Amino acid sequence: MQQKLVALSGNEAVAYAFKQARPHVAAAFPITPQTEMMHKYAEFVANGESATEMILVESEHSAMSAAVGSAAAGARTFTATSSAGFALMWEVVYIAASLRLPICMAMVNRALSGNINIHCDHSDSMGGRDAGWIHLFSENAQESYDNGLMAWRIAEHMDVRLPVMVNYDGFIISHTADALHMLPDEAAWKFIGPYKHKYTLLDVENPITVGPLDLTDYYFEHKTSQLAAYDKVPGVVQAVSDEFGKLTGRHYGFAEEYLLDDAEMVMVILGSSAGTAKDVIDEYRAKGVKAGLLKLRMFRPFPAAYVAKVLAGRKAVAVLDRSASFGGFGGPVFTEVRSAMYGQKVPVHGYIYGLGGRDFDLRQVATVLDNLQKVAAGGQIEDVNLLGVRL
Amino acid sequence: MAVNLKQLTQSEDLLAGGHRACAGCTGSNILRQIMLTAGPDTVVGGATGCMEVVTTIFPYTAWKTSFIHSAFENCAATISGVETAFRALKKSGELPVAREKMNFIAFGGDGGTYDIGLQSLSGAMERGHNMLYVCYDNEAYMNTGIQRSSATPLGAHTSTAPAGTVKQGKEQNRKDLTKIMVAHNIPYVAQTTPFHWKDLATKVEKALACDGPAFLNILMPCTVGWHFDTAIGMEIAREAVETNFWPLFEVEDGRYTINHKPKERAPIADWMKKQGRFKHLFKPGNEHLLETSQKYVDDQWEKLLKLEAMSNG
Repeated sequence: MQQKLVALSGNEAVAYAFKQARPHVAAAFPITPQTEMMHKYAEFVANGESATEMILVESEHSAMSAAVGSAAAGARTFTATSSAGFALMWEVVYIAASLRLPICMAMVNRALSGNINIHCDHSDSMGGRDAGWIHLFSENAQESYDNGLMAWRIAEHMDVRLPVMVNYDGFIISHTADALHMLPDEAAWKFIGPYKHKYTLLDVENPITVGPLDLTDYYFEHKTSQLAAYDKVPGVVQAVSDEFGKLTGRHYGFAEEYLLDDAEMVMVILGSSAGTAKDVIDEYRAKGVKAGLLKLRMFRPFPAAYVAKVLAGRKAVAVLDRSASFGGFGGPVFTEVRSAMYGQKVPVHGYIYGLGGRDFDLRQVATVLDNLQKVAAGGQIEDVNLLGVRL
Repeated sequence: MAVNLKQLTQSEDLLAGGHRACAGCTGSNILRQIMLTAGPDTVVGGATGCMEVVTTIFPYTAWKTSFIHSAFENCAATISGVETAFRALKKSGELPVAREKMNFIAFGGDGGTYDIGLQSLSGAMERGHNMLYVCYDNEAYMNTGIQRSSATPLGAHTSTAPAGTVKQGKEQNRKDLTKIMVAHNIPYVAQTTPFHWKDLATKVEKALACDGPAFLNILMPCTVGWHFDTAIGMEIAREAVETNFWPLFEVEDGRYTINHKPKERAPIADWMKKQGRFKHLFKPGNEHLLETSQKYVDDQWEKLLKLEAMSNG
């Protein structure tokens, strides 16, 4: 497939990806660093390049609410947000998933207040990790764009019908010009195809009731059927990714396995930090250190069996979280990975780094790799460690 | 556009019986009357509240049209999404059943409308969606146990502002939501009650016919929260109008019309006396509260007369 090499910011890249899905409706409220994504989309609409109806709501709570109404009416629908905007959506984020509405959302990761901070960390999406959405993470503009295309196929798959958030790091990806390959509009449309809904409020010949009062006699069964849907997601994500790989030459799974084949020590990480980590891993490899990287792409549903398998037999694992779980045992990714590794004798340690946009630099990766070697050699470190902070 | 009683009686009842509304509830009556006029090409949204809870307990639904409930404070935003989807799918030729026009009606109680949902409502009205928002105003949070709202009148007993030995119920006047909606400069805003069926049906017809958003505030006497006999809800609604407590009026493109001017307004105390929520106000020592309530009603009525004169001048 002939693809165009372009230079775009992550926000622009996702705006293009969503536009290529020809959504009927978009509902959003501006918040830094998501703003530019919706600016770009508004330009598409203003210039007649997109027929999407935009609902320029007065808050993120209404953005998600309008998205729920639109999707329940059978329209392909998206929204976009960051940080506090996502927190304000909270209640309705759960409702979107519970009603099995395949809404797509650009989640431009930013720290939560307080104190207020506009820069990247993952505390926003992590706070919503149990809400029922599919969480895809991206390392750069290319992956943000690619996830932005595949999200529709995953969300709207008849076995899935769940909302998808495409996570990409605020400013680091959203506002940085990056080179990426874009599919021509027609090829993207051929890949995504038109939305086929199962139910719609607008079918006057077959009226439906959506969101009834659900009490002790049925609620649990409904939640059970929702839980069952997440078992179907990994297979669909892989099938869609395989198809996408054949089309574009860019191959995705639940994670990217970087120099993992013979790696004795593995870092697990999400998002843009993977790029930094790969550079330092390369340096350590040159020195003969058998280190590798597992860059998780799908955090929800968490691919526990896959993670357990891919990390089995390693000498040490370090999990890096760009968010804290206050009062919890390490960050959310660490908790999941350690739990997935239950019963294995692989030491798994956690790190919290980069809160509020603190730079993730080469020295921090080196610290982690040095610690991995120490642990692999039988040394002891804390279960959960902090990186790049003044103590 | 004349409402015809015979025609209304022949319209399909789109709210089925068997819903769980209380005996003597005037709210289900409001819904039925609206749906008789709106007809089947309608999508209804309900904010969390009495009417949502009693009409859709899984696995049952009383709604014969499509209905959506999402949450408490977001009914206007939710229906604005449905309405936008309709326009988008009509434009792309993808409607499941071709329709030039459909009705989009959002319902909320005073809790979901005056209070927690006010922002969502204001946003949807300002954006100009082709939708009707109906507030069924029973002047307190009845669904959660009769707590005070910003629609509760002065002196009314509620479970969060009860009448006690040192307090005499709610200490503030109610807010005038209808006028807040007028200030949105939308095509149609009106007040009515379920007793005034012809007034109500006419207003629903006008609201659904106008190009853009419309708002109806409908007083809903509540037998449980207001403490009156289940048989007299409609009478309470009628007297709310005859006392000028709840004037019937409409505002079309900014022009006020008072639809009913009582020849001689009844004293507000007569109306309050029939409701247990005001019982304590009739104890010796509380005469000033009754006087304050009367003065408030009279002042509001005078202002309304002036608005009518001014906007038609």
